[in-house]
Amino acid sequence: MPSMRDIKESIGSKKKTRQITKAMEMVSAAKLNRAQMHAKTYTAYTDKLREVVGGIAAGNNGSIKHPMLQTRPVKKTGYLVITADMGLAGAYNNSVLKYVYGLIQERHQSSDEYKVFVVGKVGVKFFKNRNIDVTHQATDLPERFKFDDVKSLAREAVGLYAYEEIDELYMVYNHFVSAINQQLTDTKLLPLSDIETHEEHSVTYEYEPDSEEVLKNLLPLYAEGLIYGALLDARAAEHAARMTAMRNSTDNATELIDKLTLSFNSARQAAITQELSEIVGGASALE
Amino acid sequence: MSTVHTEIVTPNGKIFEGEAQMINVRATTGELGILPRHMPLVAPLEIDRVRLDLDDRTQYVAVHGGFIQIHPEHVTILSESAELKEDIDVPRAEKAKAEAEGKLGKLESGTLDYETAKNELKRAEARLKTAKSGIE
Repeated sequence: MPSMRDIKESIGSKKKTRQITKAMEMVSAAKLNRAQMHAKTYTAYTDKLREVVGGIAAGNNGSIKHPMLQTRPVKKTGYLVITADMGLAGAYNNSVLKYVYGLIQERHQSSDEYKVFVVGKVGVKFFKNRNIDVTHQATDLPERFKFDDVKSLAREAVGLYAYEEIDELYMVYNHFVSAINQQLTDTKLLPLSDIETHEEHSVTYEYEPDSEEVLKNLLPLYAEGLIYGALLDARAAEHAARMTAMRNSTDNATELIDKLTLSFNSARQAAITQELSEIVGGASALE
Repeated sequence: MSTVHTEIVTPNGKIFEGEAQMINVRATTGELGILPRHMPLVAPLEIDRVRLDLDDRTQYVAVHGGFIQIHPEHVTILSESAELKEDIDVPRAEKAKAEAEGKLGKLESGTLDYETAKNELKRAEARLKTAKSGIE
């Protein structure tokens, strides 16, 4: 049985850990709030973009030709993997990385067949440890990152597709469902396949010079916009995941402290009892 | 004078929202002057200055590409980034311009990097042009 002093020390250290995890939980909760707000202001932009792209798609009945809309034989696949810069977020990073790693192992024989774009330090480290080349990485994004901060990454991913360096692009990240639920999503970003078309378009727009020219400008913007949107989404999910993970560890710490306090008390009781019986024993021996 | 509701939307939110009497933009096909009740039109934009004639003043905005969606009742400019004249950091734009020019000199035309540098130069120029607009 551990001594009283050991137990007391153990309780102290667990209390300190609990303090930290509790603080981290609260920080994440505040950040989550902000991330959600941020994602909300952004949707105004994507909604508009989607409206215009959808409008063109609907007006042409699928007869539009643009490399970004057409599937071509796949020689090289791009993966855009979104992770966090820090750990301590439960399964947040691990689920994404494991999934991508499995995918790569399963689909590709040689490293010429894929390119990996990584967001977040955890992801970069993961691929480095496994000797997988990272084509482009973005780490240490500021808390409220702007479109400009991720533009080079988005542009490179979309640009490589346009220059036929990669023939398809997947995006793997955790989608924010709710504060307690994040979902691993794997979406095929390019070629763009599922542009929603809104039927209730009351006005038919003219395109200048023509719809193809407009699409040429619009689609890269749209694809980059989707990447930014995914990053915002993933950021919200990260904070949510961290919040939950930290709440769990706070709860665990409390439980441990309770248990240890109990054993500390019984140890103390045992020590008192022993002392008493020693005194009584000593007194009776004198008589 | 009649006006049209105008919005400039970027990924960082709405940069501008208000009623304009006339909107002057440079589309890839040339300059466009939009008055209220214009026919529905979508056109890609160049990286350039946009002029909005409001009721009481003229607002200049540096718009970095994107496109304009015109509806008889409202006009939306969508761009990956846009700055109001007041928000432009002139020294920074000048620095960006010098940097982009330096890069262009070293790169071969036709590559992805060259295009990027060229666009950066255009952006810096658009910003400077906007910042200097309206000052005689």
